[in-house]
Amino acid sequence: MTIEQMAKALGYEMIGESGTFSREIESVYCCDLLSFVMGRAPAGSAWVTVMGNVNAVAVARLADVACVVFAEGVRPDQDAIEKAGQNEVALLCSPAPVFDTARAIAEAAGL
Amino acid sequence: MPEPIKMEYDVPGDDFTRAGAASGDVKSVLKKLGLSSEAVRKVAISMYEGEINMVIHGGGGKIYVEITPEAVRMSLVDHGPGIKDISLAMQEGWSTAPESVRNLGFGAGMGLPNMKKYSDHMEIHSVVGEGTTVDMTVQVI
Repeated sequence: MTIEQMAKALGYEMIGESGTFSREIESVYCCDLLSFVMGRAPAGSAWVTVMGNVNAVAVARLADVACVVFAEGVRPDQDAIEKAGQNEVALLCSPAPVFDTARAIAEAAGL
Repeated sequence: MPEPIKMEYDVPGDDFTRAGAASGDVKSVLKKLGLSSEAVRKVAISMYEGEINMVIHGGGGKIYVEITPEAVRMSLVDHGPGIKDISLAMQEGWSTAPESVRNLGFGAGMGLPNMKKYSDHMEIHSVVGEGTTVDMTVQVI
């Protein structure tokens, strides 16, 4: 399932360039500590977090996750949105808590 | 034997909005050169962790990158306070990062272990009061 298909199925808001939402989601990963994410998030995963700063976008890009899903209704700050646009990082917003968001993505994508 | 591609970056200290710019640039170059996504990811992760360490602890510094058909070599040089006990710093979970840095999501004590994990070879030279140099190599083939 692509990021866009997942976002539409779950009603998550997509932030950023439309071209970045066509990637396949291969797994789901949850964490807020950026060095854990850097070392352990699988490439191609949907990373669920509440860390909505510009550094999270840098980590997402370099760790090569498929997208960042901000849970709990968190919205990334403006610096993060701009950096995501410049670097083609797909950002999504979910109103649900981290666990519920991760479970919903996993179920929708058949993971 | 083609000439190695050499790149050099200034890393400003304490500027978390620009942290990762050098690693991101190197990642883009390696992708354009057609390296495998796994090799690109290994370089990006190991270099970013080193870059963040320079921002948090080293007061900034310089990163030198050399790309050959066989390997990507990175040398990260700062003139910060140095590392007192390298074996302690290499332990997962050990961190001297201040609270303000932890609030940004860093300082989990995973930086050096991640660099070791994702590079194929790593050497640290550090002198207290003078600075730290970390050399890392990621094999491409």
